[in-house]
Amino acid sequence: MDVSQYLEIFIDETKEHLQSLNEQLLILEKEPENENTINEIFRAAHTLKGMSGTMGYKRMQNLTHNMENIFSEIRNGKMSVTATIVDLLFKGLDALENYLSNISTTGDEGTEEYTEIITQLDVCLKQGLGEMPAAAPSANAAAAVAVEEKAVETASASEKEKFRSFKYADHEKHAMNEAIATGQHAYGITVYIQETCLLKAARAFLVFKTLEGLGTVIKSEPAVQDIEDERFDFDFSMVLITKESLEAVKKAIMSVSEVDSVYLSEIKEEEVAMPKEVVVEQKTEANGNTAAAVAQAPQAAAEKKQAAQTSKPVVNRSVRVDIEKLDDLMNLVSELIIAKNGLVSINNADDATKQNNSGFNEQIEYLERITTNLHTSVMKVRMVPLESVVNRFPRMIRDLSKKLDKKMELYISGEDTELDRTVIDEIGDPLLHLLRNAADHGLESNEERAALGKPETGSIILNAFQEGNNVVIEVKDDGKGIDAEKIKAKAIAKGTITAEQGDAMTDKEIIDLLFRPSFSTAEKISDVSGRGVGLDVVKTKIESLGGDVEVRTTLGQGSNFIIRLPLTLAIIQSLMVELGTEKYAIPLGSIQTIEDIPVSDVKYVQTKEVINLRGTVIPLIRLNEVLDVESVKAKDENLTVVIVTKGDKLAGFVVDNLIGQQEIVIKSIGKYINNSKMISGATILGDGEVALILDVNTLV
Amino acid sequence: MAENVSTMDSKQYIVVELGNEQYGIDIQYIDNIVRMQRITRVPKAQNFFKGVINLRGEVIPVMSLRLKFDFEEEEYTNKTRILIIKPDAQASVGIIVDAVKEVLTLSNDMIDKVARDINDERTAYLSGVGKHEDRLISILNIGEIFMEKEAENA
Repeated sequence: MDVSQYLEIFIDETKEHLQSLNEQLLILEKEPENENTINEIFRAAHTLKGMSGTMGYKRMQNLTHNMENIFSEIRNGKMSVTATIVDLLFKGLDALENYLSNISTTGDEGTEEYTEIITQLDVCLKQGLGEMPAAAPSANAAAAVAVEEKAVETASASEKEKFRSFKYADHEKHAMNEAIATGQHAYGITVYIQETCLLKAARAFLVFKTLEGLGTVIKSEPAVQDIEDERFDFDFSMVLITKESLEAVKKAIMSVSEVDSVYLSEIKEEEVAMPKEVVVEQKTEANGNTAAAVAQAPQAAAEKKQAAQTSKPVVNRSVRVDIEKLDDLMNLVSELIIAKNGLVSINNADDATKQNNSGFNEQIEYLERITTNLHTSVMKVRMVPLESVVNRFPRMIRDLSKKLDKKMELYISGEDTELDRTVIDEIGDPLLHLLRNAADHGLESNEERAALGKPETGSIILNAFQEGNNVVIEVKDDGKGIDAEKIKAKAIAKGTITAEQGDAMTDKEIIDLLFRPSFSTAEKISDVSGRGVGLDVVKTKIESLGGDVEVRTTLGQGSNFIIRLPLTLAIIQSLMVELGTEKYAIPLGSIQTIEDIPVSDVKYVQTKEVINLRGTVIPLIRLNEVLDVESVKAKDENLTVVIVTKGDKLAGFVVDNLIGQQEIVIKSIGKYINNSKMISGATILGDGEVALILDVNTLV
Repeated sequence: MAENVSTMDSKQYIVVELGNEQYGIDIQYIDNIVRMQRITRVPKAQNFFKGVINLRGEVIPVMSLRLKFDFEEEEYTNKTRILIIKPDAQASVGIIVDAVKEVLTLSNDMIDKVARDINDERTAYLSGVGKHEDRLISILNIGEIFMEKEAENA
């Protein structure tokens, strides 16, 4: 079978399953008794095994199989979760990740067998089972499983055997009794189809076809017609009359691909004749409340469980769309917006001549509303929650905690904050750097923390939230903070700054030195961090995404790295201003207010122009001087000042004229034209003219 | 056309005028030729970059070949054209020339290599001089003209 066309899907889904395994294992480590988690893990491992088997990755399948054995025993309550097992399982996951990365680069899983892990898993399995020799029978014999399930009455298993809540009609009972009398078997079967399955009905049909080859299906729930029309969740139950053994039936069903699991057991004669509640319920349908309630209880419980499972965001309901197609769509929307702006400007020009063009106006407003909505929805398609990046961090922190022998806990909040896909793809590494820094340099050792009277376990906080047109991501720790003096000494020793320069610098300026290339303060270089390539890379990366990063720190109390990123990269709201005859756009996100300042209010501090605005001293930047434009304004007129912010720094841009707010499409001006970073891009106005977008971060 | 495709060692060039000199540009770099249009100045750009234009929704930087070659600045006439050039797949650049003459096929043996004069960086911009009948056409080295920008930027 040629499986190459599924390779991409396989890689994507395997990634998801591995991630979910990682997350769930972390939970399991903390709550070894959490049954839901165990079930979740088992399901993911099982799917993974099936998928890798189908794709022909035998080594991967083998390893997953061994891991699954352990999960299975844990789930059946025959093994307890210990630290060694969890460590081992994590090792197994790492090995699986290695396989996956091999597969995604070369298409082949590689030759590494990881026999060590497999033997260890085996030993663990045997030890685990040895501790509880009570439940002896091998897990493989299907009959034994059925017996055991009845005896132990494991809640999950009996709930999954949905056929137990069947209500049989008379002729069905009759058929079953007859079959049993003639030496055949009646089996109740519940089949669970993988939740990732795309053609459920087709799979169900295959199951039915297989079963009909073995015997007669006398009842199914939901009805066959409903199943064919795909009106069922991921499971369906039926009663089969056959001569075959239980095991043979199970095997036959499992041979259908994308079947997740099968629960089946034999229906005994007495079960068919006996079920009193069912009979009562059928006869006194009108007033048999209590009996009916009893009969329906298991079903209700099963439904509840189902509901609980579906409400979990384990599998995102998503369509995978090639990013290029989205980009195309985005470009079309951009053009639509430009076209709309064109209409608006024609309209404005015509206003004076034509009085009764209200119909035209109306249409323009309509078009405007549509383009705005279209833009928002396309933007939303491109938005991905930060979750997809941060969910690998808890595992990383756990490993770091062991490696560095420091107790630490990672708290993540705001992971549902959404960012543009391009940003999400790039932001992972910078965050990883910052978290490693926090764990390695930020937090003190356990002993130091105890001596300082801090809680022994250090906290690292990753917090994300939206702020206006920006998304802010904070990486905070409650460690020792950054020692400005130490950095100053280091910088002077390295020759980055001179001693005089160092004395003149504020603490903040000194701390900003950390973002210079090749500057690491870790006294000893560990393989976690401290090669001096960290923070400057973080800064470059974030700036290339149009954001900025700043650090706030209090010695002895911790540091906080704050990353600000633009919500979208393609279309922004901006204020259009005029300088001389040229038009410029200032992103609305960085504008605080617009002020009209009398020339007499301009004061001088160190020969620089400032204004005192409601108690805050704000430096003025004359844009026409910075941008070499001839101002058309007379000297004595009031100044129009746009107050912009960069982090918590304020500045006032003096402009000639305000044009108004406009939604603009950002275009790159290309790499060849050198603009000393003051211009972050360009946009096309309604009349086809190009206006440049000012980069507030560089100008302030 | 057919003969040009079949002969491997000849290339087509767009011949442009700059003052009274003629320059040839390898046709494979040329994306488009447009008339002069409104150019938006970009502050603090290199002096030979006149600014950016809007070419059907794309913003493209435009340089003056005259200023690049230290000629005197051009006057725009209705013969002035902007050649849109793609030095690589991602970026486009426009160059302003006085006029576009014709498309010429020159075989490699019709082109003489020019010696590079280290003191005159402008010789680096030429990859050779082509002879066609009694005309001399300087063949522009497009890679070199734009390459140097990046070095300046860094």
